[in-house]
Amino acid sequence: MSYLEYNVKHTPTGLSKVLYINWVLVILLTAVACVGFLQLYSVAGGRFDRWAEPQMQRYALALGVMFFVGFVPLWFWRSMAGLGYAASVILLLGVEFFGSVGMGAQRWLELGPIRIQPSEMTKITVIMAMAAYYDWLDPRRVSHPFWVLVAVVMIAAPAFLVLKQPDLGTALLILGGGGMVMFFAGVSLWYFGGVMAAGAGLITLVFSSRGTDWQLLRDYQFRRIDAFLDPTLDPLGSSYHINQAMIALGSGGWSGRGFMQGTQSRLNFLPEKHTDFIFNTLAEEFGFVGGVFLLTLYIAILATCVIAAMQAKNRFAALLILGIAGNFFLYFAVNMAMVMGLAPVVGVPLPLVSYGGSAMLMILIGFGLVQSACVHRPRERA
Amino acid sequence: MKRPTKDTEESARRISRRAALLGGVQLTFAGVLLLRMRSLQLGQADEFRLLAEENRINIRLLPPSRGLILDRNGAVIAGNVQNYRIVLVREDAGEPRAALERLAQLIPLTPEEIERAEREILRHRPFVPVTIVDQLNWEEVARVAANAPALPGITPEVGLTRFYPFGAEFAHSVGYVGPVSERDLEARENPDPLLMIPRFQIGKIGVERELEENLRGSAGHRRIEVNAVGREMRELDRQEGDPGVNVQLTLDRQLQAFCLARLGEDSASAVVMDIPTGNILALASSPSFDANLFVRGISVADYAGLRDNDHRPMSNKTVQGAYPPGSTFKMVTALAAFEGGFATPDERIFCPGHIEISDRRFHCWNRGGHGRVNLVSALSESCDVFFYELAQRVGIERINAMATRLGLGERYDLPLSGVSSGLNPSREWKRERRGAEWVVGDTINASIGQGFVLTTPLQLAVMTARLASNRAIVPRLVHAIDDVEQPIADQPSLGLSPEALAQIRRGMWEVSNSNRGTAYSSRIVDAALRMAGKTGTSQVFSITTAEREAGIRRQDQLPWNRRDHALFVAFAPDTEPRYAVSIVVEHGGGGSSVAAPIARDIILAAQSGGLPPLEAYPAPQRNRIESMIRTISDQIGPPAEPNPGRSRA
Repeated sequence: MSYLEYNVKHTPTGLSKVLYINWVLVILLTAVACVGFLQLYSVAGGRFDRWAEPQMQRYALALGVMFFVGFVPLWFWRSMAGLGYAASVILLLGVEFFGSVGMGAQRWLELGPIRIQPSEMTKITVIMAMAAYYDWLDPRRVSHPFWVLVAVVMIAAPAFLVLKQPDLGTALLILGGGGMVMFFAGVSLWYFGGVMAAGAGLITLVFSSRGTDWQLLRDYQFRRIDAFLDPTLDPLGSSYHINQAMIALGSGGWSGRGFMQGTQSRLNFLPEKHTDFIFNTLAEEFGFVGGVFLLTLYIAILATCVIAAMQAKNRFAALLILGIAGNFFLYFAVNMAMVMGLAPVVGVPLPLVSYGGSAMLMILIGFGLVQSACVHRPRERA
Repeated sequence: MKRPTKDTEESARRISRRAALLGGVQLTFAGVLLLRMRSLQLGQADEFRLLAEENRINIRLLPPSRGLILDRNGAVIAGNVQNYRIVLVREDAGEPRAALERLAQLIPLTPEEIERAEREILRHRPFVPVTIVDQLNWEEVARVAANAPALPGITPEVGLTRFYPFGAEFAHSVGYVGPVSERDLEARENPDPLLMIPRFQIGKIGVERELEENLRGSAGHRRIEVNAVGREMRELDRQEGDPGVNVQLTLDRQLQAFCLARLGEDSASAVVMDIPTGNILALASSPSFDANLFVRGISVADYAGLRDNDHRPMSNKTVQGAYPPGSTFKMVTALAAFEGGFATPDERIFCPGHIEISDRRFHCWNRGGHGRVNLVSALSESCDVFFYELAQRVGIERINAMATRLGLGERYDLPLSGVSSGLNPSREWKRERRGAEWVVGDTINASIGQGFVLTTPLQLAVMTARLASNRAIVPRLVHAIDDVEQPIADQPSLGLSPEALAQIRRGMWEVSNSNRGTAYSSRIVDAALRMAGKTGTSQVFSITTAEREAGIRRQDQLPWNRRDHALFVAFAPDTEPRYAVSIVVEHGGGGSSVAAPIARDIILAAQSGGLPPLEAYPAPQRNRIESMIRTISDQIGPPAEPNPGRSRA
């Protein structure tokens, strides 16, 4: 592939771009969002206006944003990567140093009807920056310790700022998303092995910090971890949530208790039923079948992205798509593992299903970038 | 910066390889999630389903309706009435204090009631209905209901509560119920969950307490769905409990009411027994109290009034009161002597008015003496010396044994509270309990029912019934439980010699029918209704030397609580005894002047099945008796209306 080839192939322009939108992806995303609307209607006790309606409005808005992002040429986004990254870090710093006067609202940034968390935005900008970075970097140098260090700092700096907020879930997603781009870019596997070893060491460190004055996690985070490790420890305290979540999930059985018949969610035994634990309401009301259906939709989205990445003839596009897809995977994998009792409760929403505009908007902006890569892929003339 | 095509192709391939690798990892992870879902939702579904149901479903008990207590004719003497109460739900009512103040404008609420209600409201979750007042009457409830729009969160509710239509008449025998107390719970090893229901009523004394298990019934339940904070969302199903069973007593409401009214203000008791069956027809203890006061939880002032009354209204004197029987015990002494062959019924003994025994002088009540007396005249004139003489011959052992045969000293198994066994003293008893040897003086005192001897009015009635029938009559109070008639106890013959018994009965007959008898003025002139009886005047304190010097000669000059007890036992009709009666008037003075007229009125009422017939009285007394009977019949009202409104302390 060379710049020469760009000239003999054509890139869609104007309204014809609509034809080149990845409609399979749009349909899959909307299907997932519809599962969300259904469950939000159900957990609101059959009320449409409580959660389902605002969620649909947000989805419509976010979908518009996705198309807009998708219609903007990819080279523009590539050139914006550095700027976006810098803006994110500055906003995070602003939140860190000036946000405390906002009485705990420091995570938020008002943007019209939608509130955006800088940390939320950072998930995308880090992936963009890493994709651009590896597009710029000579592929032969990716495993060079210096360039690896540069990448690690680029990822770790915003992640650290987010962790300080504190928002463990988002910090993990930033680390995971950036790390995956590094992985796709071809950084030597030895580094990843090393990080895993270091991770094990870090976990030991975090636990040994407990109760000291340099404690790395908040007390409630430690309690959540304890609850995860042994949910029977304190059934009415911090383990209450996860126990009730497991009951909701397990009681669904094969085909569930029926739409709007989930007692755990309807009677409020299930905590955060419209946000982090919405998967459990689905699993309770539609059972194993419903859970597998949603998981299949998610995997189909991933598969669509991987195919798009394979088709991309451009290193930035491929890395970006894979990074966004990887980030999406982390979202639902961490959430599902958490609500199934396989991971501690870290507060990661189920993408496109959980109630909330900020995460949804950022996810669809991410998929907007995927669409941009799809639309602006050079094609043979018809 | 241009890169060789080979390099870019190589890097593109590497991306694909890495993507495939990570895609594999992601798929594996998805597989793990799938397996986890499978194990939770398919493997452990039943377990989790159960946990979800446990979360969701609460079981609430439904109190059963309490069994009724009926008199022998089926009149309800303890029933259930609808109880109107006001319930407040905080989340609907808003600020509790303000809501209660608004309510207080409609129904009387004291400041302390408001205070207590507010405390209780704040103790519960905002959606829990809290009863703030109960026992309202219909009018008050209607006022609250009519003002419902101005009283959000305040609703009238209806439940069942115990009601005693005859108020005071059965307060001692039937007893009363009250809210379950901590003590009630502690006393039970495995308390019925029903008892945990707030304001659940449980029998506190009397039949209500002793037959609690029968009357209570068993709880029903309703299964309700609750949410995470325990708010009731809906009822899933409901199963009514079994109501408690009805208990029919042998008591006769009409006779009971007559007895209580006849006893009047005195601290007194009356027992009427049906001799053939042992049925207790009336068990009156005076003064009484309104049992309904306790149902709702008695006020401190009302309770203090009952507790501090020296006539002890709360005591059931018929079975709890143990009194020296006085001369009513003389039949026991006499029978002991005849049965043991120590005297013959015809034997005559000279009464000089006193007797000297081991350097102590024992007086006859008649200091002038009765002259020569035989059994019949000794009974009818109540000569003490005759019995002193007999007692010396027979000794305490035989007196004690005869008393036992006649039913004294026995604690009857009746569903009543605090049934006393009285005291039928013996040598062993005195040695054990008093640490002293029995002396002959004790026997002399016992022979006329003084000294250590104590009997309850019920025991005296049993004794009289046994004397009248020569059979071991056992008192019976419960006629039927759940319409199943309770057996009448065996009544084996006492085996007393008929001749001796005939003489005793003759003596008792003369007491109220011979013009020398101590109760001749209380005679019945209708031959078919005539009674035979025995007076008793038991000394509580002797008049002290100091008092004598102060000029006190007569009982009515003494303070009330130092006066003698007046007793009378009787059976009627004299030829074919059907009813046995015992009367004890505490500190009433003389048995002949105080207790015997009461006994006559009551035994006439028992025989007539209504008010005493006037023609049964000697003609000169009829005017006086007629006005007395009219007064009493005015007091015997119809059953009271339930919900007479809230009593104010």
